[in-house]
Amino acid sequence: MTKDRILVIVPCFNEEEAVAAVIEDINRAKNRYSLHLDILAVNDCSTDGTLAVLKRANCLHLDLPVNLGIGGAMHAGYKFAFRNGYDIAVQIDGDGQHPADELMKILQPIFDGEADIVIGSRFLNRSGFQSSTMRRVGINYFRRLNQILIGQTIYDSTSGFRAFNRLALSTVNVYYPDEYPEPEAIVQFGLHQLRMTEVPVTMRERQGGVSSINTSRAIYYMVKVTLGTLFIYARLRNKLKHQMA
Amino acid sequence: METIPVVIQIIGLTGATLFMLYIFRLIVRGQLREEYSIVWILCTIILIVFSIWRRGLEQISLALGVFYPPSLIFLAAIFAIIIFLVHLSVVVSRLQNHIKTLTHELAYLKQEVAMLKENSGQAADGPPILTES
Repeated sequence: MTKDRILVIVPCFNEEEAVAAVIEDINRAKNRYSLHLDILAVNDCSTDGTLAVLKRANCLHLDLPVNLGIGGAMHAGYKFAFRNGYDIAVQIDGDGQHPADELMKILQPIFDGEADIVIGSRFLNRSGFQSSTMRRVGINYFRRLNQILIGQTIYDSTSGFRAFNRLALSTVNVYYPDEYPEPEAIVQFGLHQLRMTEVPVTMRERQGGVSSINTSRAIYYMVKVTLGTLFIYARLRNKLKHQMA
Repeated sequence: METIPVVIQIIGLTGATLFMLYIFRLIVRGQLREEYSIVWILCTIILIVFSIWRRGLEQISLALGVFYPPSLIFLAAIFAIIIFLVHLSVVVSRLQNHIKTLTHELAYLKQEVAMLKENSGQAADGPPILTES
C-alpha cells in the first residue's frame, strides 16, 4: 500500500470496558489493509482500570499524570505524532463509536493528496447512529457558525473521527483547543487555510463509558464552544493577517 | 463632615498593622510569593495613611467632587478588587497552560522510559513502529 507512517491516536478516559476491543479493531484493520501504522492510546488520568488494559494491549500508550480533558489528551497525541515524524495522525475515540473498518475512508483523501484534514461525518449518508435530536440542533448551529466565520460547510463539526496530514499536524503541534476542541479546531484549520474534506462514515453508539456531555452541561458546552470559536477566530485572523503582510 | 473619631483611628491603625504582619508571616513561611504580596502591602499602606491623615478622605472627596466621602472608599475598593480578580484569572490561566505542557512532557518521558526498559540492550533510535504481525 502506502509508505506513509500513520499514528492512530485513541484518547481514553475511563474506557476500560471498550478500549481493548477498539485497539483490537484497529490492529485488524491495519493487517487487512497492510498499513504502516502505530496505535497510541492516551490515558487521560483515568480512575478505572484503563491503564492496566492499555499496558496489556498491543499498542503504544501515553499516561497523562493530570486529567487534561479530551483536547489536552489529543494535543498530547498530535504533538507525539509530530515529534516522532509520523506523516498522518488519525483520531479514533476509545469508546468504540468510530469503527476501524472505516479507517480507509478517512485516510484515502490524504493518501491522494486531496486534503490536509479529513473528517468522518455521520450526516452525509445518514446511516448508523445519528445522535439525539437536541445534539443535532447544536451541531447545526455550529455548522452555521463555521459557515459565517470561515465560509466552509462542515456538516459534522463535533465528529472526533479525523485524519490529519503532516501539514495539519504542524499546526496542531503548536496549538490545539483545550476543552470540547472539535468545532473550535475547524475554525482554526479554516483560518490556517488547511484543506478540509468530509467523508461519510457510519458511527456506532458508544460501546461503554458515559458521554462527557450530559443535559446540564449542554448549555455550558454551547456557550464555551461559541466563545472559543469566536475568540480563536479573532486571535488567528489578526495573527495570520500580519504574517501574510 | 467631622473628622474620624480617635477610637476608629486606633482600630484602623491596629487592624492595618496586624494585616501587614500577617502578610509578612505568609511570605516568610513561603505561602505567599512576593510578587502577589505587593498589592496587599500597598493596600495596607493606603489604610495606614488614611488612619493617620484624619481629614484625608474628606479632602480628596471634595477635590474630586464626591459629596459623600465613604462612597469614594467603595468605588475605589470595588475597582481595585475587580482589577485584582482579573489579574488572578490571568495568573490561573497561565498556570493551567504550564500544567498542560508539563503533563505532556511528563507523559512523553514516561513513555520513553517504558520503551527503553522494554528494548533495553537494543539501540533505541527513533520511535518504534510496532512489529508487523
